Amino acid sequence: MQDILQSLLLAANLVLSGDSDLFEIIGLSLRVSLSAVIYSIFLGLPLGSLIAVGNFRGRQALMIVLNALMGLPPVVVGLVVYLFLSRSGPLGWMELLYTPTAMIIAQVILITPIVAALSQEILSQLFEEYDEQFRSLNVPRWVAVRALLWDARFNLVTVGLAGFGRAVAEVGAVMIVGGNIDHLTRVMTTAIALETSKGNLALALALGLILITISLLVNAGLFLVKTRSQKQKFG
Amino acid sequence: MGQALHHPNIGPYDENLLPLVIESAWYDVGGQNLINGLDLRIESPDITVIMGSNGAGKSILLRLIHGLLELTSGAIKWGGKATDNRLRQQQSLVFQKPVLLRRTASQNLDFVLKLPQNRRLKRGPNSSTSAQLLKMVGLHDKANQPARSLSGGEQQRLALARALATRPKVLLLDEATASLDPASISIIENIVLEQKALGVKVIFVTHDLAQAKRLADEVVFMSRGRVLEHSKATEFFLHPKTEVANAYLSGTLSVEETHQ
Ligand SMILES: Nc1ncnc2c1ncn2[C@@H]1O[C@H](COP(=O)(O)OP(=O)(O)OP(=O)(O)O)[C@@H](O)[C@H]1O
Ligand SMILES: [Mg+2]
Repeated sequence: MQDILQSLLLAANLVLSGDSDLFEIIGLSLRVSLSAVIYSIFLGLPLGSLIAVGNFRGRQALMIVLNALMGLPPVVVGLVVYLFLSRSGPLGWMELLYTPTAMIIAQVILITPIVAALSQEILSQLFEEYDEQFRSLNVPRWVAVRALLWDARFNLVTVGLAGFGRAVAEVGAVMIVGGNIDHLTRVMTTAIALETSKGNLALALALGLILITISLLVNAGLFLVKTRSQKQKFG
Repeated sequence: MGQALHHPNIGPYDENLLPLVIESAWYDVGGQNLINGLDLRIESPDITVIMGSNGAGKSILLRLIHGLLELTSGAIKWGGKATDNRLRQQQSLVFQKPVLLRRTASQNLDFVLKLPQNRRLKRGPNSSTSAQLLKMVGLHDKANQPARSLSGGEQQRLALARALATRPKVLLLDEATASLDPASISIIENIVLEQKALGVKVIFVTHDLAQAKRLADEVVFMSRGRVLEHSKATEFFLHPKTEVANAYLSGTLSVEETHQ
């Protein structure tokens, strides 16, 4: 009990004193995960839209694969990315292993299926609602897709937030491809794992608190967006 | 209210669209014949009212006519042509349950007015804006309200305004006044009569006998996916030819009978 209290005090001190190591780690975490989410949206949203409104062969299969990919174990993704990026791997010449870029790549692979599958679900539901009216009005396909994306925008924001939440809390993949190198690839989750095993509980706890706060903020954001859109009957 | 929409290039008798001919039409879903060898020929440019019990197939027939559903067998021709995109462009269907976009009332209308194929309407001399359309159905003070937060009757009126936005030559209305108050019903009926005067072919599904008598020039009476009667309105209301229609009109047609 004494230990925990002491560590908590030290942790609070680290946060309040603006410890530069701490904030460097937080900054990198946010940078990596935000970049990963943005790339995932660029890849996943068009894919989700295509599956939602598309009428092509293999659509069902694509949906099944996507849903399976949603549950990819992060350590396995980390391992596969590692194999590709390691010096002897096919992309070894790019010398990306143990860089933030490698971490972003791994997280994009983890999050893109989530963004695609969740946005597909949201857009499909809305499409089903609008479809007959749109056909009655002869709405061109591209206008229909634009309208779906716009009318589902509040729900789509929650997809981005969910993706970010998953990315920032993920440890297995970034540990393997980032290597938790101080001042280079050390992010919150990997630092917590390392500092805990070293017995440096204060830093681990401080990071843990920040991580929980971020996760709380993300969920509060999710909640706000949802209630706001529902209140306006836009959702 | 009741401001007229003009159709610059449509005469009252559009030989391109009429007659509407439906020949031995069958429509099956899951082994059920929802439309049952239906034959119908509509030549009158005036208002056709479709009546019949719940489940008779009225809504399905409107969807088939509008080309949203495809017949299992048989044919539906407008002036000799099957409904394609170009023909559908000249028709508006107001669904029994309005489907409105998750936007404000006026944005719902702007969406239709701004569709690429409707831009020419906007440039026309008699173009109508979303504000004018809203005024026509008495929703001018609801312009900025999210459409899905409108009351049921308001949503139906908005759906009608949207249907008129494309200035159709054919107006298909599926119980468009079902949840309206008496004042709104008379607004809508006046709009419908105005459209008729402008040469728009109106096909109107309703269960409201008084309304049918007010609007109908001819009546199509359906039962179990077929047309049982097709006659002049005066004739239909005074001397229905079939037992079923007679029972329907006098309110004694039981649900069991209709589904035997
Ligand atoms: N997709 C479907 N699958 C199975 N049955 C259907 C389907 N769509 C409609 N039906 C059935 O077809 C019948 C006719 O439906 P329709 O909606 O045309 O009735 P209606 O005449 O418009 O009735 P109401 O007056 O209640 O609006 C109903 O019995 C309905 O249950
Ligand atoms: Mg119906």
